[in-house]
Order: sequence, then structure tokens, then C-alpha cells
Amino acid sequence: MPERAKVSTAWAAEAAGGPGPAQDGGAGAVACASEFEPVIGLEVHVELSTKSKLFCGCQAAFNAPPNSHTCPVCLGLPGVLPVLNRKAVEFGIKTALALNCEVASFSKFDRKNYFYPDLPKNYQISQYDLPLGTNGYVDVSVDGGMRRVRIKRVHLEEDAGKSVHESGTITGSSFSLEDYNRTGVPLLEIVSEPDLRSPEEAYAYLSMLRSILRYLDVSDCKMEEGSLRCDANISVKPKGSSALGTPIELKNLNSFRAVEKALAYEFRRQAEILARGERVTRETRHWDESRQVTVLMRRKEEADDYRYFPEPDLVPLEIDEAWVAEVRSTLPELPGVRHERFIREYGLPAYDAAILTESKDLADYFEAAVAAYGGDAKAVSNWVMGELARLMNATGTDIRDVRVAPTALAAMLKMIDDGTISGKIAKTVFEEMFATGKEPRQVVAEKGLVQIADEGELARIVDEVIAENRDVADEVRAGKDRAITFLVGQVMKKTRGRANPQAVNRLLRERLSSG
Amino acid sequence: MRLYELTAHELKEKIERREVGVEQAVRALLDRIAEVDEAVRAYVTVAREQALAKARAADERLARGEPARPLEGVPVAIKDNMCTRGVETTCSSKILKGFVPPYDATVVELLERAGAIIVGKTNMDEFAMGSSTENSGFFPTRNPWDLGRVPGGSSGGSAAAVASDEAVAALGSDTGGSVRQPAALCGVVGLKPTYGLVSRYGLVAFASSLDQIGPITKDVRDGALVLGVIAGHDPRDSTSVPRKRCDYLKGLVPDVRGMRIGVPKEYFGEGMAPGVRAAVGAALKTLQDMGAILADVSLPHSEYALATYYIVAPAEASSNLARYDGVRYGYRAPGCPDSVTMMTQTRSEGFGAEVKRRIMLGTYTLSAGYYEAYYLKALKVRTLITRDFDRAFEKCDCLVSPTSPTVAFRFGEKMDDPLAMYLSDIYTVTANLAGIPAVSIPCGFGEDGMPVGLQILGKHYDEATVLRVAYAFEQATDFHKAKPVLRDAGAGGAAMGGAAARGAAASGDGSGEAGGGPTRKAAGGEADA
Repeated sequence: MPERAKVSTAWAAEAAGGPGPAQDGGAGAVACASEFEPVIGLEVHVELSTKSKLFCGCQAAFNAPPNSHTCPVCLGLPGVLPVLNRKAVEFGIKTALALNCEVASFSKFDRKNYFYPDLPKNYQISQYDLPLGTNGYVDVSVDGGMRRVRIKRVHLEEDAGKSVHESGTITGSSFSLEDYNRTGVPLLEIVSEPDLRSPEEAYAYLSMLRSILRYLDVSDCKMEEGSLRCDANISVKPKGSSALGTPIELKNLNSFRAVEKALAYEFRRQAEILARGERVTRETRHWDESRQVTVLMRRKEEADDYRYFPEPDLVPLEIDEAWVAEVRSTLPELPGVRHERFIREYGLPAYDAAILTESKDLADYFEAAVAAYGGDAKAVSNWVMGELARLMNATGTDIRDVRVAPTALAAMLKMIDDGTISGKIAKTVFEEMFATGKEPRQVVAEKGLVQIADEGELARIVDEVIAENRDVADEVRAGKDRAITFLVGQVMKKTRGRANPQAVNRLLRERLSSG
Repeated sequence: MRLYELTAHELKEKIERREVGVEQAVRALLDRIAEVDEAVRAYVTVAREQALAKARAADERLARGEPARPLEGVPVAIKDNMCTRGVETTCSSKILKGFVPPYDATVVELLERAGAIIVGKTNMDEFAMGSSTENSGFFPTRNPWDLGRVPGGSSGGSAAAVASDEAVAALGSDTGGSVRQPAALCGVVGLKPTYGLVSRYGLVAFASSLDQIGPITKDVRDGALVLGVIAGHDPRDSTSVPRKRCDYLKGLVPDVRGMRIGVPKEYFGEGMAPGVRAAVGAALKTLQDMGAILADVSLPHSEYALATYYIVAPAEASSNLARYDGVRYGYRAPGCPDSVTMMTQTRSEGFGAEVKRRIMLGTYTLSAGYYEAYYLKALKVRTLITRDFDRAFEKCDCLVSPTSPTVAFRFGEKMDDPLAMYLSDIYTVTANLAGIPAVSIPCGFGEDGMPVGLQILGKHYDEATVLRVAYAFEQATDFHKAKPVLRDAGAGGAAMGGAAARGAAASGDGSGEAGGGPTRKAAGGEADA
């Protein structure tokens, strides 16, 4: 349940207040931090990628012209009523199952009442005491080990709209505009128990959660587009103590890195307060990305009162076992299980398996390539994690848009194996394949990149290079073995890389030792 | 008989037989509104041009030989809390002044599809909160039987419009008695259907779990006719129940012989006006004479009903009315420096006192620490009240009671005493809490010759029985034929009040101390009969 800053809250004015730790976490901070331990829980909101909104037929699309995806229902006009989107419930059940939750057979919606201009009804339809899923867990690998992070609850609710302030901030604007396109988009709130013990674990948990949600294809989880949002609760306690500290809520965490950094900052800040023998006060703090600090947003002397009550416009949500079973049968192999299988079945190092299974599409790609190749899976992994990942990053290409088919990658690997091209040439070939989507044979033929198989031709070129570089050749003859690298390079240059480096090396040595 | 005096089924028949054109009928009605509404003030908006255009379209339809639809050409008034596309919908609140919905309520769609012509929007207590229509943010509506008295509420405009022949039929909404009580006070028929039978889509919500739209008509047949048009499952309302459509006209058999009619003792206790007691007593006698078996029953949790209602309804209202904040539509307080001030000022200036009172009540009872003690407790009592009815219906086909403890009261009489006003609903709120159907029909005249309503309550979805008993009673009596006479419209105020009978009072007429026939005048009016 995303809490919003009260309209009147001006955190800029409070930014200077409150002690904070040294930016670089100086020696003192480290010393005191070592006596303490953070206790972290995350509250994640994901926008479900259903076609329509949670309670009306409007499209749930991102980036449309303001208020173009609205209707009387999501605008909260007088007299309208919500009608629950079954697909969103299905996505919710799917997620709850993937997070090992108990799916409620009887669930209901409640109204969460608060006033804010981006909330057309001034209440949000959410779930209070009977959420869709409860008591789940996610296994997250941290520092080579596994940590089980318990999931407290998973529930459905509607998203709010977006306020656009004239000058970017509330305080500096003479007016604000409201865009209700996002209003009513289904959100799934996933609340973890405070089981995380470091900012790094929080990062790993978020990564795993995102991975699972993407495997399920229920959300695209783009933090930059707001389809995944995260608030964090962190308290600090002396190491080994079972008494919990005062929780601080962190907001405005706009990336996984921001989550990690804000938690690290907040851990140090609270540890310092405790080390001084003072008490942490309960408050909500805002992560200031530009200054890399958390600043006070508002104090929480008492819990907010949202006056929850059962939504009278909706009937209770009954989920029978047949529906749950049906949804369960659509669950894909999840990243954790796939990770283990990749290690077992393909003999991959855990590191490779983790990276490859993070995204379902990447893992699918890898497996398709391995199947087509039939050779060493590690070779496929090297190419996928190496060249392919490099080119995807450099061009900002998603795995789904990569033009090299897994079969094409497999074909290229076979060409290396049978000596048609060298591993070095293969990189050039792959770049071309990546850019054009052509088959490797076509690229090799068009660019004349077939490895020179004729030993006689290669020997002739080697002789030419020796003749052109007599002084270097002499150095080699004189025992300066390292100079041979230069000559190999020259041969490769002359052949535009089409020579087999091992063969060139052998031919050069034959000539220079006998000469 | 003038065209506007006809019932819906009579008018429809004339139109079907091409004796009367739709435009002709609608014009006659619009003229009637022009003639008397200055005195009655039933309407907040008269949609003259739209109505005439639709009437002409209907005439063309009929001219093409298309068959007449169930409500062909029947001029209908809609309470101003139901959305009408292109016609201002205000809930008689300043905060919604100027709001023109871009969509039609389902009931409006259904009425128009059935050939009804919507002539205007009727006045009401602001957001349906009240029992006298005095809480309208614009002006009070007057009771056609005595212009110095209230028409009841909150659907006072709809009831007054039907009673004064300014509408052939009307829709009201009933959250705690808002259809039945004004129908009783204005001497017309008001039906609150089972919760879930009629779609609430497009009805501006007051208390979502209690609100139900119902017809206000000149007789029971019209009530059944309109109900048949507006009832039915609507995929846009998740609380509307998927059930087979039902022909309520077929069940209108004027026979109650052997039917067991329960008389709940809790509904005949203190606080009832003698004239009402007499009229209702006589009505029970009539039913018995007709062959019904009267049985004493008890609804033991009735004494908690009003308290329960005033927890549940304001709680839901406090949330439902949160959207009126000046951000998107309706009134916005001018010149505010920031959005919090704007929203606060808009609500402070836009809502009337009763609405604010209920928002505050509801906000309080939903607050943390009070929720369990009030709202949750009220929900439990609500269940008990429902069980009371279930138990009573094990032995009875229906129950009867007075609709309202008093006849129409004078303006200002209860405005300073909200609790006295709330007591007007003491016999009606239970049907909303339990979700059961109930109808109010004219059953005589009480104090000062003002109409008295008999309430008939039935089992869930058993509108058929409720209507059958109502119809049988109506057939055996003439109270529904009595019409008020509006005179001296120009003189204004109560001076022109007066009641006159068109039909003779039936044998069942109350003969108690104040129970006079409709020929008995109120406030110095002269009989016209």
C-alpha cells in the first residue's frame, strides 16, 4: 500500500535536519556498524501486465497521452461501480503460488480511505485482512549460501494516477495536473517479513523476485517505468540481540541500486545513533538520489488511519481449488529450480547458471542453443554471457529482440569446432550476425572469412612475413621467443584473420629454428 | 380524464392503440409541470427539449409500425441521483451543481429502451440523506396534499411529482425508506426491491450496501410494470444478482385468501400517530376480511435497527462522498492557495449540514479503535435483523406495518432535531438492512386528512408476493384513486393546500379519531369532489 506524502509535506525544508553519517561511511561508522545488524523488510508493488485495468475495461498501457485511457469508472465519476478483472486475480494467484503462498479460498476487497488528488474516489480499493496469498517464501542465494525470505502477504489493489506539477515539485508550482491513465491499473503488493540482514541481501531478494515475476509473465517489472516499486523498512539492532529496533520506512527508491545504497546509508545512520546511546525515532525517510542520503519526510508518531472497511460494491472473492489447480498447472519452471538444473544438467558453474536463469528468455535462448549445438554447454554459456551479453548491452537490445537465432549461434560454434573459422574470426562473424541476423555461413562466405585450410598457401604467407621482418626473425632465432608473437600477428593481419594461429605458430617455429 | 392523470399502463395502452401520440402525451405532461411545479417544486431539472425529441422519435417508430414497448411513451421522472447522459445530475447538492454525466445509469438505459420518456430530474434530500426533502441544497419540495408540509424523503421530488400528476411514474432510491416513506406521505405507491435485483450502476452512491432503486407509481400495476423493466442482472454492478427475468404483472392476482400475513408487534408500538394507527388497523381488517390470515410475529432486534442503520449508512457514505473534492467535476471553492485547502474548502462550502453530519459520523465510526465497537458490531446486528425476518418468513408469506409513524409533517418541524427526523425511518430501515423487498401503498388518511401508507414486506426476491398482496388490497379499496387538488398555484405557500378525493374512500378507510377520508380537507382547502 503505497503511502503518499501528505500534500503539505515539504521534505526539502527538512532535508538539512537530522544527523546523518559521513557520506563515505568513515572509519568510525564502520567500527560501530560492525556491532550492529540491520533488519530489513521490503514492500514491493508490481503493476500487472493485464490488458485492462483492475475494475474497468480501460487499457492498462504505459506512456499514452494523459487521460486517454480513462472511463467513468476509473475516473470515479458519481454512480460508477467496480467490476473485478478476473485475469488480474489469476495473475495474483499465479504469483502467490510461485512465492509458495497459501492462496485464500475466501478473500475480499476493502477500501483504504485517504484524500489525494491523484486518487479519483479518494479511496483505494485494496485488500486488508483477507489478502489473496499469505505465508510464502522465496529462497535467495547470498554469498554462496541460501536464505529463505518469508513472504508475509500478497494482495491485489488498484494503482493511483499521477500528479504532474507545473514546475516539477509541489511546493514550487502554482498548479498541478492529474493524469489518470494509471488509475486502476492492477497492482500486486508483495510484503516480505523482516528476514533480510544486509542491503546486499535486499538486492538479491529483489532480483530474485523480479526474476520470478518475469518468468510468470505477470509484470514487466520495469522500475524506471514504475511497474515495479519498492519501499523498505529497516531497523537496526545489536548483533545477536533478539530485540528489534525502531523501524524506519524508506521511500523514493527508484532502482535496485538505490534500494541497496539507501539501506546501506540508513544502516550506518541508525547504527551511529545507537552507538551514541541515542534512540532512533520512528519516521518515513526519502532517498535523495543526487545527494545519496536519506532525508526526513515525516514523523510517524502513530499509525496512519486509513479507515479500512469491506468494499460494499464488490462481492467477496471466492477462489475454489479447481481454479488454483488450473493456475498451478500453468506455472513455468521457476528460476531457482532452473538454476539448480543448469548446474546439474549442463555442468555449469553456479555463477553461469545464476546469470543465465535470471531471465527466462535468456535461459530459454541458452537451452535452445545448447540443444541445437549438441556440444559443450559451457562453450554456449561463454558465448551467451560473453559476446552476446556484451553486444546486447552495447546496443541496448533485449534478448527477445536479438536477431541471432539460438540455432545460428549453434551453427557458428560448430564452424569453430570443425576449423572453418577461428575463435577470433568467430567474434567478427558473430558481430555481423548480431547486426544483420544473417546465418554464420552466409557471413563467412560474404566476407571471405573461411580459415585458410591450405597449408601451402599459409606457408607462403609465413615466408613472406619472415622476409619482410628479418630483424624480428633474427631476434627469434637468437632465442627471444616472445618476438614470435609479433610475427604471428603480421600473418594474421595479412590473412585478415583467416589463418589458424596455432598453424601459423607452428610454421614460424619450423622455419626459424631450422634457419 | 386528462392525459397526465392516467397511470402508466393506461397511457401505454392508449398509445399502443394509437389513440394518443407520444408527443401529445409528453406535451400534456410538460404543460402540467409548467402549471403546477411552481407550487410543488418537484423537479430540479425539466428536460423539456430532450423529452420532446425522444417523444417524436417514438412517434416515428410507432408510425413505422413497430410494436409498442412496455413503457411506450410513458413520461417518467428520475430522482436526481441517477445519472442521465447529457442532463445535469446533482443529487440536489451544490457540490455537484453543473455536473453533466457522460453516461446513463443502467435503469435509465432500461427505461428508455422500454419506451419511457424521461421528462426530468426530481428534487431530493442532498445525496439522499433525509426524510423530508428539506435537505435539498436548492429548495424544498412541497407535499401536493398540503403545500405547507413536506413530501417525505429523500425521494420527495419523485413522490410529489407522481402525486401531483407531474410524472406518470418515477424512480426513487431507497437506502433506509427513501422510496416508501415519501410514497406514503404523498399517497402513492413506492416499491423498494430486493437488494441486488435492480442495478445500482449510475446511481450516485449514498450507502452502497443499502441503496436500491425502486419505482414510485400511481398504482401497484404500474409498480410491477416499471419493476419488470428495471430489474435484472447487470454485469456493471457486481452486487446485482443473476436471475431469470420475471413478469411481475402476471402475479398480480387480486386474491389473498389463505395467505399468512405477519403483523410484527415491534412495528405497532409507541411513537405512532393515532391517525396512522387507525388507518393501518383498518387496512389489516380489510386484508383479513379479504381472507388473509393475520399472524402476530416478533422481530426482536427491531429496536436496534435505527442505530444499526445510522452506523452502517454514514460509514459507507463517508467513503462514497469522499470523491467530491473539487478536483475533477462539480463545485470547486475559488481562490485556494493549495490543493489541501481547495479540497477542504470545496467540501465545507459544497455540502449541506446533514451531509456533513453523516460524513463526520461515518468517519468517526470507521476510525481505528472504534471500527470494532461500531461498524463491525453494526454488521453483526444487521445479520441478526436479517435472521429475525428469515424466522418470521418461515411462518408468513409477508409482513405488514405502517410505512411511517406519522403523516407528512410541516416544514421545519423536525429540521432542528435530527433524531426526530431519523425516527421517520423507523419502520423502513429494516428492509434495507435485511435486503428484502417492501412496498408502500396508500391505505387511508390520517391526521389532517393526510395520506397514510401501508408497508408490505416480503422474502428476498419475492417481489411477486409483496405486489400481489398490495394489488389485492388496492383492488379492494380506492385510496390510490384519491388525488390532491392543487389550487391557487399563484398564491404560493401553504395557502393553496388542499386535498380532494376523486374516488370514494373504501370500506377499509380508517375511522379513527383523525382518520378521515380523502374528502376531509387539510389546511383550509375545499373539497373538489
